Amino acid sequence: MSDALLSIQHLTHCFRLGKKQVLRAVDDVSFDVRPGEIFGLVGESGSGKSTIARCVMNICQPSEGKIFFDGIDVCSPKERRAHRKLLQTKRQIIFQDSSSSLNQRMTVADIIAEPMSIHHITPKRGSCRAEAEFQLHYVGMDPSYLDRYPAELSGGMRQRVAIARALSMEPALLVADEPIASLDVSIQAQIINLFKHLQEEHGFTFLFIAHDLAVVRYLCDRAAVLYHGKIVEIAPTKELFSNPLHPYTQALLSAIPIPDPRRERARPLRVYTPGPVTGQLAEASPGHLVLREEEPG
Amino acid sequence: MAALLEVKNLSVSFDTAAGEVQAVRDVSFSLSGGEVLAIVGESGCGKSVLCRSIMKLLPDNARMKSGQILLDGADVTGYRERDMRRLRGRMFSMIFQDPMTSLNPTLPIGRQIGEAVLVHQPKLKRAAVRRRVLELMELVGIEDPEARYSLYPHNFSGGMRQRSVMAIALAANPRLLFADEPTTALDVTIQAQILDLLRDIQQKLGTAAVLVSHDLGVVARAADRVAVMYAGKIVETGTVEEIFYHPRHPYTWGLMRSLPAFARDGQPLYTIPGMPPALVDPPRGDAFASRNEYALAIDYEEMPPLFRITDTHYAATWLLDPRAPAVTPPVGGEPDV
Repeated sequence: MSDALLSIQHLTHCFRLGKKQVLRAVDDVSFDVRPGEIFGLVGESGSGKSTIARCVMNICQPSEGKIFFDGIDVCSPKERRAHRKLLQTKRQIIFQDSSSSLNQRMTVADIIAEPMSIHHITPKRGSCRAEAEFQLHYVGMDPSYLDRYPAELSGGMRQRVAIARALSMEPALLVADEPIASLDVSIQAQIINLFKHLQEEHGFTFLFIAHDLAVVRYLCDRAAVLYHGKIVEIAPTKELFSNPLHPYTQALLSAIPIPDPRRERARPLRVYTPGPVTGQLAEASPGHLVLREEEPG
Repeated sequence: MAALLEVKNLSVSFDTAAGEVQAVRDVSFSLSGGEVLAIVGESGCGKSVLCRSIMKLLPDNARMKSGQILLDGADVTGYRERDMRRLRGRMFSMIFQDPMTSLNPTLPIGRQIGEAVLVHQPKLKRAAVRRRVLELMELVGIEDPEARYSLYPHNFSGGMRQRSVMAIALAANPRLLFADEPTTALDVTIQAQILDLLRDIQQKLGTAAVLVSHDLGVVARAADRVAVMYAGKIVETGTVEEIFYHPRHPYTWGLMRSLPAFARDGQPLYTIPGMPPALVDPPRGDAFASRNEYALAIDYEEMPPLFRITDTHYAATWLLDPRAPAVTPPVGGEPDV
């Protein structure tokens, strides 16, 4: 048993597009997320980032491969039934679009307290309302919002409520599926700071999915780059950004816009000519894996 | 040089159940031919409303309270829908944020671009329309246009769809192009390509463009001039170098400092405290005052005028008043290349 909180092994997920067409959205992906780290998954749209998140959360049943959460194989129905409560409370997900992931007809207090009533958990702080108030305070919101409806809140506020709802179960792992993509720059900074705070002060583990590389560089400890369902490179963030080895990673990094007109305009565009991605992950330096083409023959 | 577009003291309000929402408040700017002006700001600050009010594409409950819009010297403020129709497409056209919803999913791409060509030249023969469509597709960088002519939007990737939308917008050679967050729905790798294409076309055809964005990286790449909007007003305007290297308004400072690219290692990101004000009843004085750590007493009393810094650079903050205390900007400065 490894020390990983979440261990994904040879995960493959196929979508049937028709009778004969099969899309391999995730293709033989393996990685570990260690307790207390923020692990970033980066890639362009359609690279399978969200599918991995959905498999981790049991929203999708993977075609092949295993996912171990805290030593429990979440893909096996038998083990899932045996540990149902633990799995449903200790893993939580935050979606990209906060307006559609919150029930429009429930108040903020009800939304945050709902997981507790579903799992029949006695609120630690006396009442559900007190618990909701505590969680709201935790994510930096005023208790006066408890009786508001999601529609009355701004995008950043709604995303905080979604985070508070996830935190009310005191999860070990938070899966954040592009949580800041639909927010304004100034609000993004607030949510990023909140994640950083949750990790540093309270030891939460994150699987953070993003397409914004500047955010990943700032926030994540380790990151994996996905391309067409395969991991092409996986490394500690600093190493990944200072020494990208795979051509796709290099192209992706060169595409980060720099908020500085002279440097931005001088920046050459590297175009990655897409080809079939094959080969095996090989270790380039300790902890830094890169996809290498298999030698012919 | 005569301005292609001149907006003078434009104010736009929406009549809603909650009261009058002042979406655009007393905005003035001008744009000369072949220039790219970027409008930056948070969501809800009136960027899109400003663009749409110039094209008169606002919903019925919107009202232009005051102001003047001059297009190529002609006052179009009082134009009715019929007159505006003649201008749209030829004089100006628009690229919207989401390329999926702005294309018809049931028509092939070539037909959709052809439709835009035919609207402006109804007497064109079928073969000529096709030629023009292929020419447009080539212009926006769609490779192998012959083969792609009869494909549907769902066959295209996001970047290709946005290129098709651009081809439609350019069908009648507009002199002014509004691009409302053209790259927000796209991947980073595609984003830079689309921006370079926009710049390329704009230089080739001499089209002026108004680029609406909240991404300062996008603005740095594509714009000549920048206008920063906050709560329906332009708070700072200048050339792209002036705004990025010598910003003067505290809101511009805040926007820049909240970018991860400016963060020091291990330090939390800067956030602008508080929320933008509701535009139903905008506060007296400077709308940004309550979120501004450099706010002066007068900010709560009186709206700051636009102070001139250079001939092209203006900012609306009392910090530029000769009586104000000197403040060193937390960001800016020339890059050390």
